[in-house]
Amino acid sequence: MSKKSINKVTSTAVPLREENVDTDQIIPARFLKATSREGFGENLFRDWRYNSDGSPKKDFVLNNPTYTGRILVAGKNFGCGSSREHAAWAIKDAGFDVVVSSFFADIFRNNALNNFLLPVTVSEEFLQDLFATIQKDPQATITVDLEAQTITNDTTGRTEKFEINNYKKTCLLNGYDDIDYLLSIRGEIESFEKTHA
Amino acid sequence: MAKTLFEKIWDRHVVKTIDGGPSILYIDKHLIHEVTSPQAFKGIENRGLEVFRPRQIVATADHNVPTIHQELPIKEELSRVQVQQLVDNCKRHHIELYGLGHPYQGIVHVIGPELGITQPGMTIVCGDSHTSTHGAFGSIAFGIGTSEVEMVMATQCLMQSKPKLKRINVEGPLGKGVVSKDIILYIIAKISASGATGYFVEYAGSAIRNLSMEARMTICNMSIEMGARGGMIAPDETTFQYVKGREFAPNGAEWDKKLAGWQQLYSDKDAKFDLEINIDAAEIEPMITYGTNPGMGVSVGGRIPTSADPKALNYMGLQAGTAIKGKKVDYVFIGSCTNSRIEDLRQVASFVKGRKKADNVEVWVVPGSKQVEQQAIKEGIDKVFEAAGFNLRQPGCSACLAMNEDKIPAGKYCISTSNRNFEGRQGPNARTLLASPLTAAVAAITGEVADIREFI
Ligand code: SF4
Repeated sequence: MSKKSINKVTSTAVPLREENVDTDQIIPARFLKATSREGFGENLFRDWRYNSDGSPKKDFVLNNPTYTGRILVAGKNFGCGSSREHAAWAIKDAGFDVVVSSFFADIFRNNALNNFLLPVTVSEEFLQDLFATIQKDPQATITVDLEAQTITNDTTGRTEKFEINNYKKTCLLNGYDDIDYLLSIRGEIESFEKTHA
Repeated sequence: MAKTLFEKIWDRHVVKTIDGGPSILYIDKHLIHEVTSPQAFKGIENRGLEVFRPRQIVATADHNVPTIHQELPIKEELSRVQVQQLVDNCKRHHIELYGLGHPYQGIVHVIGPELGITQPGMTIVCGDSHTSTHGAFGSIAFGIGTSEVEMVMATQCLMQSKPKLKRINVEGPLGKGVVSKDIILYIIAKISASGATGYFVEYAGSAIRNLSMEARMTICNMSIEMGARGGMIAPDETTFQYVKGREFAPNGAEWDKKLAGWQQLYSDKDAKFDLEINIDAAEIEPMITYGTNPGMGVSVGGRIPTSADPKALNYMGLQAGTAIKGKKVDYVFIGSCTNSRIEDLRQVASFVKGRKKADNVEVWVVPGSKQVEQQAIKEGIDKVFEAAGFNLRQPGCSACLAMNEDKIPAGKYCISTSNRNFEGRQGPNARTLLASPLTAAVAAITGEVADIREFI
């Protein structure tokens, strides 16, 4: 998976109204047997998307050609459960750059950030407003501006600020990851080890 | 300044803190398994790095392994490849592996404590959300993603923001038939599956203090099921006695030195928590879940709430407002890192002894580790299970997540001592009812959801 920087995304969105979406739904355990990071998008929401015979479930939103885009809008407590980073890989691999929800599970949020998938936490009202807009007009766009830390419902013009810590923001804007930083301070880590019993 | 247990350990592990950003947290122990490590090994190799501190890593194979005929090659190709990659990666990077066939093999969260690798005051991580289990020893232990596994392999550190702290106090004696699994299912039902997101939880109070180490691990294990990053319990005599003499526990003068440090690990009297919850242990009854997240639980004698999520009930094939007691089940699964330790098996065996399973159920007992399995055999617990018609299998994650061959068939009901009842967790369209080992045992005998208190 290419790790690239993120800044501004304007896109239509795919609405997933479900709440408490756990990572077992995002990518079921039986698909975790791969040893590379690629190709998980195919099995994103596998059991919600396909019947057991492999035919697509028509009523699931990802199978509805009306909804497209790089932004996934989901109900509250998104990404709870297992720590599997495969969930973030699958979403990114399926073409999403942003996930919007009113609440993210901690580990999922970290995993997403480490994969340049931007989790944007909005208020419940803002989220419901987005769902309503997308339902009325699937072509409606949303703009996420990381630099300004704003998300805008382009149809209603409603804007909200979102939080992200400064360090992570710099990483995302510039395409750095934590490991680059940690490697740069290995000397300090080694001296810490000497005093740490 | 007064500090919490969490803060005492955290502060000792911070290498430095970035202004307005996260802290660099030093990790003492890193546990790895076959599912969440291959991409991390690949990552450091692609960067031309070696594992920084291989001796601080311990590996085991648990998620993918079969639970019968472990001596034979794994049938399923992808699983076999993944387990083999772990073997190769550990060899190449000089990491201790307790793989299939090793007398220490088992579920990662069972073997850490049982081998004395898990100790008070440590920072412990693993690419697995139930790493919270190790917090029972008074350590900061939490699950991480694969990118973070790679960071720890490369630098023995992680970048972490300090979480908010919540203390849950459970006071008073537990009722008849109520065990630690019921305590945690009760707490999650009370505060919901997202009730502790953003927090690290400390469990305290007399009801917690009186628990054995095994029982404490069950509670900390499920911290993640209410969204908490981890859970912990201050170490005390019970903890020290448990750790003492284990394979990798300190001994001699080293033990005395460590012990003196561990005895300082408690939340100071005036330490501040962001939130505190008090629970009266007398309110807690044997619990069972009816829905598709661990927060959807009621007492076994209770009714499914009329406000229950219709989508969850539809999946489960259950009706709002009805009693859950008497519901027929098809499978009983006793295992997983929540409840597969020797004490769990003893508890089940002591109830089951002299009884037989109901005809309509299939019962799987999957020990958490090779050592648990051996101990069970030594104590004759295997014979008790055999006589009852239970199927005692070999160690692994098994039907907890159905990544191996152990799957609950579509539409079937399974009373499970594991920690997740998500849709499809135990196999596509399988229906999971989470409960304690005792409640699972009584279901095995009666073939339905039953109240253990009526049988003891
Ligand atoms: S037993 Fe279940 S919850 Fe525990 S580590 Fe294995 S799969 Fe995860």
